[in-house]
Amino acid sequence: MDNHCKSQIANRKLKLFGFGIWNLGFLFLLLFILFGVGCQRSKAGITVAGSTSVEPFAELLAEEYMSHHPQSHIYVQGGGSTAGIEAVITRAANIGMSSRLLTGQEKHLYSVTIARDAIAIIINPKNPIQDLSLDQIRQVFSGKIKSWKELGGVSHPIVLVTREEGSGTREAFQKFVMGKEDISLEALVQDSNGAVRQVVASNHNAIGYISLGLVNDQVKALKISGVEPNLADIENGKYTLVRPFLFVFNEEPVGEAKSFLEFVLSPLAQKLLLKEGLVPVLPKIAQE
Amino acid sequence: MQVKEKMIEKLFLLIALSSITILALITFFIFEEGLPLILKIGPKAFLLGERWIPSKGLFGIFPMITSSFWVTLGALILGIPLGLACTIFLSELIPPSIGILLRPAIQLLAAIPSVIYGFWGLIVLVPLIQNYLGGPGLSILAGSLVLSFMILPTIITISEDSLKALPPSYKAGALALGATHWQTIWRVLIPAAKSGIVASVILGMGRAIGETMAMIMILGNAVKMPTSFLDSARTLTTNIGIEMGYASGDHRQALFATGIVLFFIIMALNILAIFLSRRRVD
Repeated sequence: MDNHCKSQIANRKLKLFGFGIWNLGFLFLLLFILFGVGCQRSKAGITVAGSTSVEPFAELLAEEYMSHHPQSHIYVQGGGSTAGIEAVITRAANIGMSSRLLTGQEKHLYSVTIARDAIAIIINPKNPIQDLSLDQIRQVFSGKIKSWKELGGVSHPIVLVTREEGSGTREAFQKFVMGKEDISLEALVQDSNGAVRQVVASNHNAIGYISLGLVNDQVKALKISGVEPNLADIENGKYTLVRPFLFVFNEEPVGEAKSFLEFVLSPLAQKLLLKEGLVPVLPKIAQE
Repeated sequence: MQVKEKMIEKLFLLIALSSITILALITFFIFEEGLPLILKIGPKAFLLGERWIPSKGLFGIFPMITSSFWVTLGALILGIPLGLACTIFLSELIPPSIGILLRPAIQLLAAIPSVIYGFWGLIVLVPLIQNYLGGPGLSILAGSLVLSFMILPTIITISEDSLKALPPSYKAGALALGATHWQTIWRVLIPAAKSGIVASVILGMGRAIGETMAMIMILGNAVKMPTSFLDSARTLTTNIGIEMGYASGDHRQALFATGIVLFFIIMALNILAIFLSRRRVD
């Protein structure tokens, strides 16, 4: 009886011991995984962060770059132009993406224009309007023109769609179109190019503005005083709603960041951007 | 053995304290970031200002406060009758075997991610409202409808609990006095469980005011005083959610300050709910 009892206790101890070993093993495994992941990240990775307008294009470029340089890794994050520039200043990111020009204190940073992007004024394809002047667009967005009828369309109220305060696209629209006028407070506010496009695509009376590269057949890009937003007219300066896409660095880039920047400015990458609807910075490619 | 138990006790205490510490840190951080701006532009200009134009330094959140209450009010108008009817049905009118099937279904409503509610509202409700009632479709009405579904599980679960907690003698007594089943429910049980039901509504209200993702998708986020339920609106939460990506400096602080206002509203609602449900126990 006594013996039996003792062996049972021993058995239990063994079990406990075994359990402990397992736990320890598991813990080590977890540590290894974490450590491994950490190592991989720090091996040859650079972080690119900033404007959500530039982000999809940067992701594309990063993928292409990584397929040529399998040993390196580029992490692309969104967050917005301002956040990206701040990340570069605090060195949380190696490269910042900005869809607006640098202002104030930011100007001492090293920036390179990697492409240019036109802003398209979009309406629903069911809307018969084809062409508006800048002045008309300004009056529409400031809330002075309230019905499509005043612009030669059907008698429906205009539904304005704009981007949120701080967005690079909004800033560019404000500068190019609105000037000193405010965008009406009646306007619906969406927080991405895609969301603006979705609202305009589903509402016959809506008007909004997005990156030309993101216009698809769900929406219609308006001519502005007869000028269509296409590459030729952007290149020769007739279509004026054009803003730069910048890569921002703390100082002149070296190493991996330099190599990525060189790739982005190479004909191969610029052709890729052209295919996606951006205006390349290499004039030769634009003409091809 | 005793030493081991003490150690485990301490360990759990430490874990419990750490979660409270995190809460305190979050609170501290929100106030540290947001208060300077409120003090800078003045509480009155901040809370009662009607214009929110961060690029011009105008940070008035009165339209957002108003919209938050409109949307929540709409959700309550739609949600309370529905929730109360469900509660009565579940606890009094159906055989328990069906209740066993229905109850998890209602609790499942709480498990659906809010982005799904938002997406459903955007694809289904918004075009309906746009086509049949006019306006941009992205509206307070659409938001309130979606929110009323989202607060149902809170209202039903808590008010059913408070109905169940009533002494059986209430029901037996009423029936014995000759009241019909309906009279018993309406005149005896509901009034007796009133504080629990009110607490459930207040907790539902807290949920409605705090909802962000679904509201960003269906409210349209226009920054203006709402004048009708078909207007687009921006609530306190969506104001933070939609602008945080690009905000910096004063603008960022103003978003944290919006968080402070939200913090006080939610705190007040929760304290009220706790107070009311305590009274029920006494």
